[in-house]
Amino acid sequence: MAGMNMISAAQRFHAYANPARFMALSARLLMPLAALTALLTGAGLWFALAASPPDYQQGETVRIMYVHVPSAWLAMMGYGVMAVASAVALIFRHPLADVCAKSAAPIGAAFTFLALLTGSLWGAPMWGTWWEWGDARLVSMLVLFFLYLGYMALWATIEEPVRAARAAAVLALVGSINLPVIRYSVVWWNTLHQPASVFRMDGPTIAPSMLLPLGLMGAGFTLLFVTLLLVRMRAEILRRRVRNLRLAQAGGAGEV
Amino acid sequence: MTRAFFALLARDLRLAVRLGGGGGMAVFFFLVVISLLPFGIGPDRELLAKVAPGMLWVALLLAALLTLDRLFQADYEDGSLDLLTMGLLPLELIVVAKALGHWLTTGLPLVVAAPLLGLMLNLPGEAYPPLILAMLAGTPALSFLGAIGAALTVGVRRGGLLASLLVMPFYVPVLIFGVGAADAATGGFAGEAGRQSLLLLGAVALASLVLGPLGGAAALRANLR
Amino acid sequence: MAEFFHMGGYALFVWPAYGAALLVAVALIWQSIADYRAQARLVETLEKAAGGRVRRAAHRQSGEDPS
Repeated sequence: MAGMNMISAAQRFHAYANPARFMALSARLLMPLAALTALLTGAGLWFALAASPPDYQQGETVRIMYVHVPSAWLAMMGYGVMAVASAVALIFRHPLADVCAKSAAPIGAAFTFLALLTGSLWGAPMWGTWWEWGDARLVSMLVLFFLYLGYMALWATIEEPVRAARAAAVLALVGSINLPVIRYSVVWWNTLHQPASVFRMDGPTIAPSMLLPLGLMGAGFTLLFVTLLLVRMRAEILRRRVRNLRLAQAGGAGEV
Repeated sequence: MTRAFFALLARDLRLAVRLGGGGGMAVFFFLVVISLLPFGIGPDRELLAKVAPGMLWVALLLAALLTLDRLFQADYEDGSLDLLTMGLLPLELIVVAKALGHWLTTGLPLVVAAPLLGLMLNLPGEAYPPLILAMLAGTPALSFLGAIGAALTVGVRRGGLLASLLVMPFYVPVLIFGVGAADAATGGFAGEAGRQSLLLLGAVALASLVLGPLGGAAALRANLR
Repeated sequence: MAEFFHMGGYALFVWPAYGAALLVAVALIWQSIADYRAQARLVETLEKAAGGRVRRAAHRQSGEDPS
């Protein structure tokens, strides 16, 4: 009985995983998702820039937090999506999983870059310097950025898609095992060198008035990530179809 | 299986000795980088002594990165890697043999050269034992983690450069704990921090002995189909 | 209004942060859509150029339903 259930569940799972089904489903989802993204981000921006008070310690610079924290969150979530999709691709040989992993990487990298940039812009008035090695979050974000770039470079250099997908999946998984170690080592290194009180990016405590803009912006950014992921996955599926069509054409020409 | 393993290791060592290149080249690179350093920051002996452990570690790391493409590339090109994968030895053990060979022919010579270069940087005497110990513990991690990068890029154009870029983030903990252990004598840290970082470095090295072969074998499987 | 743009003296830091976010978001959205459109056009021209036989073969290879 349980076995039967498992089989039918697997079949259902596979049905959604079928690229044609995915194309149909994602086409219907895209517009509502984009609209919701615009709505939430718009409302978030209103509260973040105008309808929230400045912080009693950081003044108006606290508004940078409303783009910095969601970017940093997406930078990590992007790697999470990539790592899970890579695991699924390696274990279940799922046709959509490596499309998903590949498509998530550039979005994650872009948000990591944004987190670094806004972190630097936030740090400049707070620390009096554009780059502070004493902040473990910023430094680990930099290493995460390198991991993203390496992952994308590997995809770009291996020409054959199947091979590239599997190599990239191995890299993403090894990276996900290493990330906590890197993070821990950077924190440890900081405590050695920076015992003095440094302003931390998470701030002392988050006031309730900050929660609404932060939540809205976080939700808006996350939806943006999902929408972009769908668009990029669709493009990637089409790219593979183009490749197959070209191969078929070349093969057909050979036969005639 | 044990015999196959040692035969492979012995073959790699013999090849390295006969053909030269790799290890000697890495040591030469190490020497050149450390010699450039005073030109960059000036001949101030106090300053040189202060940055010496960190600079020695960074230069050693770069030298190790430089030789990563030798791990699998040559065997891939002449087809012996394909033969190896068809033999008795599991792919994981092949990676162990290769990484061990890399450490013996590259990591170890670099560790031997490091104290001599330390003299050139005016590193004080009491800093040598922790530095050598830390490097002995840390260099295997460089070889085993490097094996993953080398395996990922086997058969890829300009694979060596890409392998270094892929592996560099994984070297961050090795560098931090390695310098932490070596700095204990020269820097202002108490002995406790030095001992702690040596232990952490050992833990990273042990973990890489597991992760390297597993990841390397998975990467080879992806690339050699 | 001027006060709003002044950002308590931190305008130099707050506005570039939001500007960068906007720029990155717009660039990502634009690039993703442009790539999708380019691939869709390619698929269309290739399928038109090829006969039904080739199309079916291509669909079989990519594991898709030909419908």
